[in-house]
Amino acid sequence: MKTTPSASSLMSRENLYFLVLAALLLLVFPVLLDAFRLNLVGKYLTYAFVAVGLVLCWGKGGILSLGQGVFFGLGGYCMAMFLKLEASSPEATASQSTPGIPDFMDWNQVTELPWFWQPFHSFSFTLIAVVMVPVILAFIIGVAMFKRRVGGVYFAIITQAIAAILTILIIGQQGFTGGANGITDLRTLMGWDIRSNEAKTVLYFVTSGLLLACVLLARHVLGSKLGRILVAMRDQEDRVRFSGYDVASFKVFVFCLAAALSGIGGALFTLQVGFMSPSFVGIVPSIEMVIFCAVGGRHSLLGAVYGALLVNAAKTGFSESFPELWLYAMGALFIAVVLAFPNGIAGLYQRYLMPLEKKMLGGLGKAANTRPTAAARRMEETP
Amino acid sequence: MSTSRDFILTVEGLTVSFDGFKAVNDLSLYLEHNEIRVIIGPNGAGKTTVLDLICGKTRATDGAIRFKGQELTRMKEHQIVRSGVGRKFQNPSIYDDLTVFENLEVSYPRGRSVMGALAFRRDQQVLDAVHEVAETIFLADQLDCRADLLSHGQKQWLEIGMLLIQKPDLLMLDEPVAGMSVAERKKTAELLKVITRNHTVLVIEHDMQFVGDIADRVTVMHQGQVLSEGSLAHVKADPKVVEVYLGH
Repeated sequence: MKTTPSASSLMSRENLYFLVLAALLLLVFPVLLDAFRLNLVGKYLTYAFVAVGLVLCWGKGGILSLGQGVFFGLGGYCMAMFLKLEASSPEATASQSTPGIPDFMDWNQVTELPWFWQPFHSFSFTLIAVVMVPVILAFIIGVAMFKRRVGGVYFAIITQAIAAILTILIIGQQGFTGGANGITDLRTLMGWDIRSNEAKTVLYFVTSGLLLACVLLARHVLGSKLGRILVAMRDQEDRVRFSGYDVASFKVFVFCLAAALSGIGGALFTLQVGFMSPSFVGIVPSIEMVIFCAVGGRHSLLGAVYGALLVNAAKTGFSESFPELWLYAMGALFIAVVLAFPNGIAGLYQRYLMPLEKKMLGGLGKAANTRPTAAARRMEETP
Repeated sequence: MSTSRDFILTVEGLTVSFDGFKAVNDLSLYLEHNEIRVIIGPNGAGKTTVLDLICGKTRATDGAIRFKGQELTRMKEHQIVRSGVGRKFQNPSIYDDLTVFENLEVSYPRGRSVMGALAFRRDQQVLDAVHEVAETIFLADQLDCRADLLSHGQKQWLEIGMLLIQKPDLLMLDEPVAGMSVAERKKTAELLKVITRNHTVLVIEHDMQFVGDIADRVTVMHQGQVLSEGSLAHVKADPKVVEVYLGH
């Protein structure tokens, strides 16, 4: 078959990049960074889950969601509810007027654990909920919107509205959700103290491992025919529809997949940071997540991971020195990405560094990679 | 209906009204098996709308469209496609970011559900089908080429190929030679002749030379209605047709 050579060289190249990322996450960072910084990186990586989901949904499928914080938050809240219940044993909360319920409920004159909190006593239920609660919401939104052919800007605005609604709901229902403070003071996971440095390091490795697994899963999806249908749908939706595909069901699928990834990221965020609050759910964090993806390169899974790492590192660095300037810097960065390098870091890499790399490889041995890969050509030719 | 047994496509009393304007008005059309029918008519006569109605892109206000005994007017677009209706759009709509091979592969009628697409494997059957169609549409040497690098004519052929690989029973082509060079037109006419050996084809075209090359029968549309129908010579001689269409 004619496509084999370019496809196989692309595969090995992709594998190489993946291994570089794996080495960076699993070896370089843990060796170079102290426990505090490593925990910060672990936190940034939880956003990378969202960014990877956005590559699938936005970069490939052309569905821009400005409400991924909703799914991130739902995953995070599911985990936080489990941890909070564990931290609210009757012994630990003996001084409350109703012992055995979370402290914020007691402050809000709630005297009984609400029904939707009950199942979060179970860890296995929580793990399922971390994925399924975001997926179910995404499914409902997806069916309601995509079956009616709502897309593009309208869809983006609706997801943004949902992010706003969920934030207002969480803040308004203080007695059930912890309100604007969120769910705080989380201590142990099945008796294991998650606040210790050692636990944070373990959680960092869990996060990195899961992220790499999710990248592989996303790569598998994109490598299948479904990946090509997503790209086809982005370019010529009608042509896909009139080739016998139910376009809406593919959109629902990829939107749900992105939501699931975001939910996993959110749960890992809660574990590493030790609390969850509405400030990670609303409009601003949702847009930030899109920026992570755009800066990294919305067509590139690995680019999205680097985007999440770099923008968050920049955010931390900036906020430490000039806290009031960060929002402007973020805005400027987004404009710069849109105007100057629409394919993000991945696009810049493919444009400027890959030719150099090829020259060096060409000098070393036979020109194994003389042909630009399909992905590289794709990047260069996209205006 | 007794007539529907003899015809692959039966359109009866088809009407569509956009805010009171009847783009297609009480139109009836009967297509026989393996017939090449060309619809001609002045701009705004409702030609493209008829194709839109048949493939479900536009919903009929009134009337019936029966294809192989199935009523199409209430089916979803992808179901209509799966029942054997293929539609080529006026502007070449192909997937620019995919290669010619991938364009054809995505159009191959297997793995059309989400799970089916995830489980889809590029097996010998698919390869054979892609290569066979690529041969037919003169693109066998461009399989690895990105589709947006093709010439305008090649893009049109690719879209026809994307329909062919689905093996539809009815092929609807909206101005397949518009914007083509003379040489490309000739090749396209040959292509259509090959294709029509085992398909029923409904074509919209303005190029009378081309119409004469391919048409079995011609339907002239005017203001959403059939003005005249028959062989090209017959409609050319029809004074009504001369007045509204050919005369100027």
